[in-house]
Amino acid sequence: MAEPILATRNLTIAFGGFRAVDGVNLDIKQGTIHALIGPNGAGKTTCFNLLTKFLAPTSGSIIYKGRDITPLRAADIARLGIVRSFQISAVFPHLTALENVRIALQRKRGASFDFWRSERVLKALDEPAAALLEDVGLQAFAGMPAGQLPYGRKRALEVATTLALDPDMLLLDEPLAGMGHEDVERMAALIRRVAANRTILMVEHNLSVVAALSDRISVLARGRLLAEGDYATISQDARVMDAYLGTGHG
Amino acid sequence: MKGYTRTFVILALLLAIGPYILYPIFLMKVLCFALFACAFNLLLGYGGLLSFGHAAYFGMASYVCAHAAKIWGWPPELCLLLGTSAAGLLGLVFGALAIRRQGIYFAMITLALAQMIYFFALQATFTGGEDGIQSVPRGNLFGVINLASDLTLYYVVAAIFLAGFLAIFRMIHSPFGQVLKAIRDNEPRMVSLGYRTSQYKLLVFVLSAVLAGLAGATKVVVFQLASLTDVHWMMSGEVILIVLVGGMGTILGPVVGAFIIVAMENYLAPLGAWVTVIQGLVFVVCVMLFRQGIVGLFERSLARLKKSPR
Repeated sequence: MAEPILATRNLTIAFGGFRAVDGVNLDIKQGTIHALIGPNGAGKTTCFNLLTKFLAPTSGSIIYKGRDITPLRAADIARLGIVRSFQISAVFPHLTALENVRIALQRKRGASFDFWRSERVLKALDEPAAALLEDVGLQAFAGMPAGQLPYGRKRALEVATTLALDPDMLLLDEPLAGMGHEDVERMAALIRRVAANRTILMVEHNLSVVAALSDRISVLARGRLLAEGDYATISQDARVMDAYLGTGHG
Repeated sequence: MKGYTRTFVILALLLAIGPYILYPIFLMKVLCFALFACAFNLLLGYGGLLSFGHAAYFGMASYVCAHAAKIWGWPPELCLLLGTSAAGLLGLVFGALAIRRQGIYFAMITLALAQMIYFFALQATFTGGEDGIQSVPRGNLFGVINLASDLTLYYVVAAIFLAGFLAIFRMIHSPFGQVLKAIRDNEPRMVSLGYRTSQYKLLVFVLSAVLAGLAGATKVVVFQLASLTDVHWMMSGEVILIVLVGGMGTILGPVVGAFIIVAMENYLAPLGAWVTVIQGLVFVVCVMLFRQGIVGLFERSLARLKKSPR
């Protein structure tokens, strides 16, 4: 078995007495699309927050490319090439679509503490930013404040912003949530395309998309890892059925 | 960019002819408060950080500037520089403490720290306690420009204001300013993009404190007085009032707000305590009817006018 790009060992976080994530071991293989599913409150988003250090785990460790990244801060995780998205679309509403992408490119340019310089120095980034927008079909919206974009377009903009960092690994938190039918198809195609040379871990409720996209699926319930495997295995698993439907309904 | 150049030219012209229309001392007071408010607006309107203790930087700079001018007999340019640096240093220390918390906690920490400065100013000997530091000499700028004449001093103050105003404009429209606006819009997302946001927040806090200090120090040269009023929490409140009335997150909002609030204080002075009541009413009306303040409202109507003829 190939070395996993991202792995967790016994990852746990407790809020008071409640273990939202409880001893989870994940192995995400390089170049795969790995889905994290489970009923509401299973700890999927908390798991994401732990992986990206938006929350600090109570115990356990996170290993990225063979290196223990558990003590790192959130911004440093991003700098290593693990970039996350958010459940609620995370754009910068008062910046234009182009500026949204450019802000990500600007980070790679180096620290932006130069308050004495004109923003015209950022013009050099406009071209690659425009190319990224075109990639997700947003070229017509470049000058529009991101807050005014329709919902599906905001999600696409978010992906473009994330891709601007050229991350090795993407963590997508419900990328299809709240989308209309045609947006879902467009986004699924986009995810498949960006996954070509990257690793993706995604939380998603749309099981047909999960089935179509993912190479491997981990099922969480009540903070614990319930089952793991490809879609065929998972969909046959009695414990998974149980967690989704509850005992006594099957 | 062209629209902004026009704004600057108009502003510079207004500054040039101002003292021939209005009383120079009144205008200098407006300019000091306008610069103070611009500094505060940089932090609130563009950094999204509500400080409730900006009087600390304004007041500390005014005490240090007054002390240097009166006791040490320093020339005004060095007094201004020292006062401004003191405010910056204070901003660095207080900012580093306050940015660890967000929202209301951030505001409360800045308030608590500013209150410490207030009681320090009340108790320390170099501040003169209740008396403050009075009859501070204006001196000669660079040893040649005598600041005793109000008109001469006015142009110096106008130049300081314009320099500060342009500096803030540049900060807002710099690579740093872009990051700042993005952090204001969505800080978690900026973290997820790999930005160490607290460093940026600290820098804008210090820059804002420095410029607030410049305003406080300039005020000392104008009124020849540093007093407890400068460090009182009401001063922190007043700058919030000015920025919100004028228009938070707009370039000209703080300037317009300062003009309105200072004009009310000056010309409604015979009404005594009623001025505060009227200011309160204006504030409530502004917040209820136009959240973006007077300049924000004006910009929106202008944008609508531009759209409609087609």
